[in-house]
Amino acid sequence: MAKKESTLKNMLIALMVITIVSGGVLGFVYGLTKPAIDQVEANKNLKAINEVLKSDVEIVKTETKEIDDLTYNLAFDAEGNFIGAAIKTYSKNGFGGKIELMVGMLANGIINKVSILSQAETPGLGANMVNDKFKGQFDGVDPKTFILKVKKDGGDVDAITAATISSRAVSEAIKKAADGFEANKDQFMKGGNNE
Amino acid sequence: MSNWKTFTKGLIKENPILVLLLGCCPTLATTTSAINGMSMGLATTFVLIMSNLVISLLKNFIPDKVRIPCFIVVIASFVTVVQLVMQAYVPDIYETLGLFIPLIVVNCIVLGRAEAFASKNPVWPSILDGAGMGLGFTFALTILGSIREVLGSGSVFNWRFLPEDAQTILIFVLAPGAFIALGYLIAIVNRLKKTK
Repeated sequence: MAKKESTLKNMLIALMVITIVSGGVLGFVYGLTKPAIDQVEANKNLKAINEVLKSDVEIVKTETKEIDDLTYNLAFDAEGNFIGAAIKTYSKNGFGGKIELMVGMLANGIINKVSILSQAETPGLGANMVNDKFKGQFDGVDPKTFILKVKKDGGDVDAITAATISSRAVSEAIKKAADGFEANKDQFMKGGNNE
Repeated sequence: MSNWKTFTKGLIKENPILVLLLGCCPTLATTTSAINGMSMGLATTFVLIMSNLVISLLKNFIPDKVRIPCFIVVIASFVTVVQLVMQAYVPDIYETLGLFIPLIVVNCIVLGRAEAFASKNPVWPSILDGAGMGLGFTFALTILGSIREVLGSGSVFNWRFLPEDAQTILIFVLAPGAFIALGYLIAIVNRLKKTK
């Protein structure tokens, strides 16, 4: 086949055919991978909820509530008592953009555990936030007495060496979750008993 | 040029990173660890092979004046396929590479090979050219990633040989370290080529 001339008709046909075929292929692949991608997302969420709310009491029922822009996954035991909430929170002030965390708050207002859902911080520096050495310091602290700010800013959080910005962002996200929990706590407790 | 030469030239003699210096943006940004560098290289290799294949098949159908938009549409489609597949089956790697996957579209190696090789050659050599260039790219990225991970994080392929709180040369996981490491790597390759 000889090379097509660059006439208007040929150019239109070539571009049209290529874009239509590409569009079709992409739609097909999207449909093929969609279930797997949704599954990955759901698993990650579920795993994080179980991890941050781990305690002696078995979680029997969960319920999701969205208030402002945080997602609260409320957990209840067999009698319908409120155990705590796994709160999906975020900060946009990370060094590499948005950081998403899951914070487990128990009914008594204490932080149980913190899990990092997604972050794009510098490997070897800010990305060390996923290690227990940093995020473990939030386990079991009471946000009413523990100031959720890095020590440099007059708080109680030990920042990661050479990654103050990342540490600040995590502290900010946890504070957002703790404040949100405190403000809506009464509603959550009632929510469990009514059902 | 024989098929074998077409394939091997991308590995060392015309290595896209170390000799042609093409596609340095993703190179510098994604090689913070060996595994990241390698995954980025393999993703690019797939896109290179597939786009070279398709463009070589279509070379007579595409009029010259609209060839660049046509190439870009083909390349972008394959990149999106890679992105969706990675998101579904290797979510951990997808998360670390994140933004750099869609950026393969504008990686000059991919468009460069389409323009310089696939649009002028038959299908089989074009596939070999894509594979050779892609593997050369992967090779360079893996080496660079390993060097930076060893010096900057005290580990290689996520296997730690230093304790977690050991002092490492942090600059190597940051952007300036990428330039320094790449500079030395290119100098070594040039030296080796001279002695040959």
